[in-house]
Amino acid sequence: MNRHMNKTKIYSLLTSYSFIVPALILFAIFNIYTFFDLFRLSFMKSNGLAGSIETFVGLQNYIEIFKDKVWWESVGRAAYITFLALTLQNFVALILALFVDRGIRGETIYKVIFFLPPVLSGIVIGLIWEWIFDGNYGLLNHWLTLFHMEKFCRAWLADPKTALYAIAFIHMWRGFGWGFVIFLAGLQNIDRELYEAADVDGATWWPKFVHITLPLMVPVFVIVSILTILGTMQIYDLIVSTTKGGPGYHTEVPITRIIYSMTGSLNFGYASSQAIVFGVILLIVSMTQIFVSNRLKKND
Amino acid sequence: MFRKGNLFFLFVLFFCLCFIYAGCGKKRSDSDAVIIWHWMTDRHDTFLKLSKQYKAETGKTVIFELSAPTDVYTSKVRAAAQTNTLPDIFSVLGVSQDLSNFIHAGLIHCLTPYMEENHHEWERSFYPNAIGMNAFTEPNQWNVPEGIYGVPIDVTNIQMIYNKDIFKTAGIDKIPETWEEFLKAGDLVTSKTDKQFFVVGFGETWLINTMVRIFAYNLIGEKKLIQTIKGECPYSSAEWIDIFNKFREMSEKKLFAAGIVTMINRNAERLFATGRAAVTYNGSWSVNVFRGMNPDLNYGTMFFPKISDHYPLLIQGGAGSSLMVSEHSLRKKEAVAFLKWMTSKSSQIFLSTETNNLPSNKEAVGQMPAILNEYAKDMDKTFHPALLPVGEDPNIEEATARGIQSIIIGETTPEELAEKITLLKKQTLNESE
Amino acid sequence: MYKNIEDLSLSKLGIHVFLIGVSISCLLPLIWMIASSLKTQDAIFTNMSLWPEVFKFSNYTEAWKGGRFGTYFLNSLFYTVTVIFFIVLFSSMAAFAFSRLDFPGKNILFYMFIGVMMIPIPGVFVAIFVILNKLSLINTRVGYILPQINAGLPFSIYLLKTFFDKIPKEMEDSAKIDGCSKWQIYWHVALPLAKSAIAVIVIFNALSTWNEFLLANLIFSDADLMPLQVGLLKFQGERVTEYPQLMAGMTMTTAFIIVTYLFMQRFIIKGITAGAVKG
Repeated sequence: MNRHMNKTKIYSLLTSYSFIVPALILFAIFNIYTFFDLFRLSFMKSNGLAGSIETFVGLQNYIEIFKDKVWWESVGRAAYITFLALTLQNFVALILALFVDRGIRGETIYKVIFFLPPVLSGIVIGLIWEWIFDGNYGLLNHWLTLFHMEKFCRAWLADPKTALYAIAFIHMWRGFGWGFVIFLAGLQNIDRELYEAADVDGATWWPKFVHITLPLMVPVFVIVSILTILGTMQIYDLIVSTTKGGPGYHTEVPITRIIYSMTGSLNFGYASSQAIVFGVILLIVSMTQIFVSNRLKKND
Repeated sequence: MFRKGNLFFLFVLFFCLCFIYAGCGKKRSDSDAVIIWHWMTDRHDTFLKLSKQYKAETGKTVIFELSAPTDVYTSKVRAAAQTNTLPDIFSVLGVSQDLSNFIHAGLIHCLTPYMEENHHEWERSFYPNAIGMNAFTEPNQWNVPEGIYGVPIDVTNIQMIYNKDIFKTAGIDKIPETWEEFLKAGDLVTSKTDKQFFVVGFGETWLINTMVRIFAYNLIGEKKLIQTIKGECPYSSAEWIDIFNKFREMSEKKLFAAGIVTMINRNAERLFATGRAAVTYNGSWSVNVFRGMNPDLNYGTMFFPKISDHYPLLIQGGAGSSLMVSEHSLRKKEAVAFLKWMTSKSSQIFLSTETNNLPSNKEAVGQMPAILNEYAKDMDKTFHPALLPVGEDPNIEEATARGIQSIIIGETTPEELAEKITLLKKQTLNESE
Repeated sequence: MYKNIEDLSLSKLGIHVFLIGVSISCLLPLIWMIASSLKTQDAIFTNMSLWPEVFKFSNYTEAWKGGRFGTYFLNSLFYTVTVIFFIVLFSSMAAFAFSRLDFPGKNILFYMFIGVMMIPIPGVFVAIFVILNKLSLINTRVGYILPQINAGLPFSIYLLKTFFDKIPKEMEDSAKIDGCSKWQIYWHVALPLAKSAIAVIVIFNALSTWNEFLLANLIFSDADLMPLQVGLLKFQGERVTEYPQLMAGMTMTTAFIIVTYLFMQRFIIKGITAGAVKG
């Protein structure tokens, strides 16, 4: 009897594991070696080329990171853009998703249009926004002149006062479509009967939103905000194609610094340790969010 | 297990079949072909024609394989070096430091013996700068044995280019030769026309660095530049401050187009090509760009304005693209033979007329558009940092270029920058000891 | 849904103005791209208007032929469909296990997958190349597909787990009482209820796979195996960019994604309803 129990238990466990085996195999093939190599390199002075000399330097790369002012400023900058994206971008995405969810006229058309910015090629987006923000013949300056606000005219991407905001704006414009689609999927998954029951009680839209929509959307909020954090903290291609981190260091972000360490100064060891430090920061932020949301769920 | 899962099984079966199909990579049929990895998207078709021609002439097969953009190409070469799968011919893109790493790792075949055959016949066919960029002389900072390690397939230099029509409207009859004349021309353009004076892709740090080097060659000379790089002369000297000050001068006189500190080269080219700025600073490749964007643009090159009479004025120029032979290749002789053919006079004429790049073979100059000839004639007045036995630390170069961006937007002064770089230089020297 | 707010016609007007404003900003680049694809190279830069003076439709045929779109299109289609199929299959299986099953090491494994999303790997291409070389998968279709499946998994697992978590316990229990095995619950209960999440995953991964060209350039030396985006690279030289052909090519490649999205967004609809529990 006992042995039979064990057998079914083992069989049941094996079935459970069989669900994750394919994902796990791929993970093992592509990620384990990569991570160990990254970890090993972070303690080395290396130019990243096999056959050349790698010297073990212990924690020196990490110590250097803590003294690297440009690096920490770039982390702060990314965090700032992320804060803007978390609030503004996701707010707009949620509002748009709510409108479309409640079946506004032209729902399908809006659904498609709002997803255009993520679909379009970075080259087109870069060209368009450079043309808008250009300091010589840019559209924005043109409009400002039309409304007699010449004093605000400037090269938006080159002025240290506005460069980061201009980048953040393009990034948020490009990113809200993602949030919109996920929010929409989440909203549509909410059981309509709940709303109908509330309607019977004569509830207006605001209590329905607060008591039905919001609590049920918490996991979706978490997923969208984690995606926003990852996508924005790791922002770089937009910067490479518009300002290249300039003027000075005003639009440098962590990933552009890591790329510079790797290809600019050929310091693979330092690049690896930067990547690990940055990954740990992201991990802590995301995990905190997941734990807090789990707590919220349990309290409900 | 699956009651209604037959459809699912069919799906899996279908995809298993797909995967088997996907697994069938083609095996290479001609194993004695020379394989070349390159990154030059716009020249790929010309290269294919070249390999056809080579096949017809010699019966040997050469395969050009393209991977772009350059950062992917660099990754691919690095990865292939790691796995010992480099092709017969490839290229190390980057500065002397990169090339020396590859040489130390034993990946690059030394070409000196072939170059020296028949009284240096092959070596002498090239512009000295172009071959010098692929060579190391002893002693050098990287301890690379003396020799030639690569073959230049084209050359390039970076010049001042001006819009003839705008100069005419502004009433500039004499092309500026000195810095003062240059600034004066700038004042004329900004006061008499609605055009910008100077547009350049200063968002790309390497362009700033080339300009700084021109000033340095002209003001302090090569010897002192080398001493500065070695750390024997400080960046805080009056001369260096004077060099940094040139950028402030231009900025204060409002001679730069708006937003140039983050402008990438492509946008600078666009502004110049559409006749919105009078002068730009760009490489010989921009001829192709301008022709596409505005075929009617009336422009010419002018030599860089000199800032002093202390040392000869030189501009930056050298090999545009170079190719290296793999040390592990089984077809080194065939690879070298092809490179020799590719850099012969007739192939070089073909390449330069098809692609509008300056030929690396001196004898091939001639049958090109006039503007390219203007570039070519200045090839003997060029320097290149890769020719020096030392190389500046990339961190210093980056800090210099970023600092100059800050000077242009008025955030920092030349004196502050000089001080900052001197400090950084000291740290770098201490570390390497 | 929220009836009361619609009574305020002023706010209704405001809503529409807002929606249309956002829409215009989204449409402008698309229109510019299409307009540019019909211009000549010099007209793109001298004439910024959105209406070309001369319509040059030959840009499209040039792009199609010059970029070898015929071959590349089929390749891309194959890669995209295969990658998405396996991502959906593997990630939904794993997400189901992480959400509904119990086994030792569950949390560690889950956070391991999540952690992968966080750490940017400098020189990750070199690492992938080294691994694929060890598996003799360089210059093969499988070698191109596997890393992309792997790259799409973490996010998809996480998203699907969030949606599986919301499935009421009662539905699972009633299925168990009916004698369903774990696989049957996965296939007959969980997957149908996560339709909108799967639609999102398909859209996201279709976009990234369809637009991929860096990995392709890294591992393929055989031009016949390359995907569509490589054809676009041809128009972006080191120095010179052929904008009209590039924009024509982009219009064609983007159209595919938009069509995919149009098709998939129909699945982003009501998921869990009372009807589903009974059926």
